[in-house]
Amino acid sequence: MENFEPEIVAFCCHYCAYTAADMAGSKRISYPSNVKIIRVPCTGKVDAIHMMKALEKGADGVYVAGCLEGDCHFKTGNTRASHRVNQVQKILEDLGWEKERVAMINMSAGMGERFAKTALEFTEKIRNLGPSPVKQTKTQAVS
Amino acid sequence: MITAEQKPMQEIIQYLEPYSKILLVGCNECVTVCAAGGRKEVGLLASALHLNSLKQGKTIDIKEITLERQCDPEYVEELNSYIDNADAVLSMACGCGVQTISERYKEAHVYPAVNTKFMGASLSQGVWAERCQGCGDCMLGITAGICPVSRCSKSLLNGPCGGTSNGQCEIGPETDCAWRLIWERLKALGIQDRYEELVDAKDWRPAGGAGPRKIIREDLAL
Repeated sequence: MENFEPEIVAFCCHYCAYTAADMAGSKRISYPSNVKIIRVPCTGKVDAIHMMKALEKGADGVYVAGCLEGDCHFKTGNTRASHRVNQVQKILEDLGWEKERVAMINMSAGMGERFAKTALEFTEKIRNLGPSPVKQTKTQAVS
Repeated sequence: MITAEQKPMQEIIQYLEPYSKILLVGCNECVTVCAAGGRKEVGLLASALHLNSLKQGKTIDIKEITLERQCDPEYVEELNSYIDNADAVLSMACGCGVQTISERYKEAHVYPAVNTKFMGASLSQGVWAERCQGCGDCMLGITAGICPVSRCSKSLLNGPCGGTSNGQCEIGPETDCAWRLIWERLKALGIQDRYEELVDAKDWRPAGGAGPRKIIREDLAL
């Protein structure tokens, strides 16, 4: 798996992380194209099943990027999202997966640099973990 | 309501090991409210089982369905169109739901996905506490609306035991002494005289002591 390029799904809140991604773009700060962004109206909208389905469909890592703690546009959406991330991490642990494949990240709309840095760090973390167990099995089956 | 918690994932996986076509059945009643076996939990468990099978390089076919009430034969009939295609049924309802399916479909291999816990009330979001043991002879009318059967660790009927300490039960500081609660409420309501009335030894037969219980309402039976 030398040429492994992780596929990462990032659920980004419209009011912060998505705008931060926009900001990164305006500032010409590059971030890995491995990260596929899904814009959501609030991270509180991201349910555990959405993260699970992303993993089921082959994502190597999933993160939810919401507003800074206490700054949610809808008051507690990011706290709810954080609980759901914990819930999915617990499921992954029970299945013998690395729970680090799922993460909650907080940032404000002005943090373009942080968005790019987070995307880079998370991509590297997943690269080190290797492909999702689903892909590993498929590769073994083929070879 | 009846409360439940999902079983450990590995136990569920072990049950399903020999099967490849699973009918995963949730319930829209109590287990939905306590987030153990409603439509949402059915989806999550199905997804987790899919992830597990993908990792093991197996294919597993899961049909998800959530019934209005799994403890009611009328709704369980809805499984007719799916049951023949399933190697096993995994039920996310309480023990009553699991057994209703087992009784209806004699040939089906039926497994529980949750541990049924107790009859409880919701204290706050995500917190449930036992409030009733279904003793069959409710005494809330004489204990100021606080049940000593379910909330006293020893189910004492005439005041606290010597283990009560600073209003807490001796089993742990997180458990209030039910009789302290009863006394305080009797006082608050101005009916503390009731505390002096002794309760006779309880007949535990309606509580299950005389075997499995049943209610027969002839006025309702068809």
